[in-house]
Amino acid sequence: MGKTLAEKILSQKSQSEAKSGSIVIARVDLAFVQDTTGPLTVKQFQNSGFERLANPTRSVLFMDHAAPSPNYGLSNDHKLLRDFGRQSGATVSEVGGGVCHQIVAESLAKPGDVIIGADSHTVTAGALSAFATGMGSTDVAIALALGETWLRVPESIKIVLSGNFPDGVYGKDLILYLIGQIGADGATYKALEFGGSGVDNMSMSARLTIANMVVEAGAKAGLFASDKITREYLASQGRSNEYQPISSDDDASYEKTINIDMAKLEPMVAKPHTVDNTAPVTEVRGTKINQVVIGTCTNGRLDDLAIAANILRGKKRHPQTRLIIAPASRQVILESIQAGYIQTLIEAEAVILPPGCGPCLGLHQGVLGSGEVCLSTSNRNFRGRMGSPKAFIYLASPATAAASALTGEITDPREVI
Amino acid sequence: MLKGRALKFGDSISTDHIIPGRYAHLRSNPSELAKHVLEDADPTFAAKVKPGDFVVAGNNFGLGSSREHAALVIKMAGVSAVLAKSVARIFFRNAINSGLPILICDTAKINDGDELEIDLTAGTVRDITNGKELEFNKIPAVMLAILNCGGLIPYIKKYGSFKLE
Ligand code: SF4
Repeated sequence: MGKTLAEKILSQKSQSEAKSGSIVIARVDLAFVQDTTGPLTVKQFQNSGFERLANPTRSVLFMDHAAPSPNYGLSNDHKLLRDFGRQSGATVSEVGGGVCHQIVAESLAKPGDVIIGADSHTVTAGALSAFATGMGSTDVAIALALGETWLRVPESIKIVLSGNFPDGVYGKDLILYLIGQIGADGATYKALEFGGSGVDNMSMSARLTIANMVVEAGAKAGLFASDKITREYLASQGRSNEYQPISSDDDASYEKTINIDMAKLEPMVAKPHTVDNTAPVTEVRGTKINQVVIGTCTNGRLDDLAIAANILRGKKRHPQTRLIIAPASRQVILESIQAGYIQTLIEAEAVILPPGCGPCLGLHQGVLGSGEVCLSTSNRNFRGRMGSPKAFIYLASPATAAASALTGEITDPREVI
Repeated sequence: MLKGRALKFGDSISTDHIIPGRYAHLRSNPSELAKHVLEDADPTFAAKVKPGDFVVAGNNFGLGSSREHAALVIKMAGVSAVLAKSVARIFFRNAINSGLPILICDTAKINDGDELEIDLTAGTVRDITNGKELEFNKIPAVMLAILNCGGLIPYIKKYGSFKLE
């Protein structure tokens, strides 16, 4: 019997026959925390009685959720992480470096890895064919200490993609469509494996957006086989030697298969207050918005800022609609400056934030007030997520977000491109 | 044997409902943080919850972020178990690691305020108020061992590493 991608990676890393449903102990190639989950990890690591990290060079502490710190409570948490980094030898990714998942993609994840992060969107690295999944602080503390973790090998659902994206439709629209179809618990405990001819030409940045959001359907991992695009991406990051071919077997067994013809997709939104509350953008067109956010670990990459800049070039945001750009990493902001996108966006009267999570989780840098409506390219629109529990959050692609920033109301990007 | 009162919630109670990101600055101060437990789902919850009560929810309880504080604040509020039709996986693991039992069962049969009696080893929930008896899904052996130790840290202290048998 052949193996799914999840079974393949977990078999390699557990030195056992990892079949769906079985429980394995797998070697962990990378373990990380961020500044809101990390302090508890440090405390639990200390409680556990361990003194050393199993792999200091593959243990990373990211300062990204509140970076730079907006208040002294969080500053103390940052301080605790820095101190722990110094004592333990773990890498500290400082304020200004960017969102953990983007940095993991740019410089740490490689095909075949097992990656454990104390952040639910750790699944993002599945775009690079790594079995990457989020866990809580204590699980990560133990993974840091032991260099291994226990995992139930998930059943897989195969998503077979065909065709190409029509104009104005992107990876974000595809994943919103899929979550709307299967629901917020449609893939709980399972892996989503993306394949089919539609993947062949799909950019790494679209794959990262898709993998990032599989957890919004409850999935444990979202996996792409490694291919030419993976190899080119690693090469562009100076990591050619980290490429490894890895794919599922033709006779692997899947719980079910879902076919999506990409040519039939249209721009999508998730309406308040759940991610599976999706609709074509045409259905909510005209909804007035107070704030647009373009960025975060979902859609804060160079391609995303390029899409936004191309729509906003030579124009200005609507006077009643604030426009906030949160680039996902230092590399992204540097490349966006070189390409002229940042200038274009500032001329369009956007606010450019330092690389990091920005307003995504309601901590700082664009917190919503009661009754306010936000259109964001991030991945969650739960009540209270970005500030007031009385605010409304719509999720959409950078194209829809930029088009809506121009008009001040939810706008179909196909009308402006 | 656990005994207490059911406090009911609906479907899709996310970690943002349980403890929103806007309280991240309180995460190093768990007792202050616990005052906001489940605030965005039921603002009166923190005031009415009593030690031994059960949180009884619908589908996909705990979806959203990996913040372990979501499981911790529920435990700190004195809740002795969470019952739900289904539970998001990171929350499930976090709860077990914190020593908070999670039971998957047909919670539609339980009403708000009902008195419940739970037998963790037999796998049964008895609703004393309406006389109904429910069974809950078996917890995987490794999780049960962690729960029996009172959480992951005591488990690792006892065994030194993960044991599959
Ligand atoms: S950008 Fe948002 S979703 Fe991504 S890691 Fe940061 S807070 Fe989480």
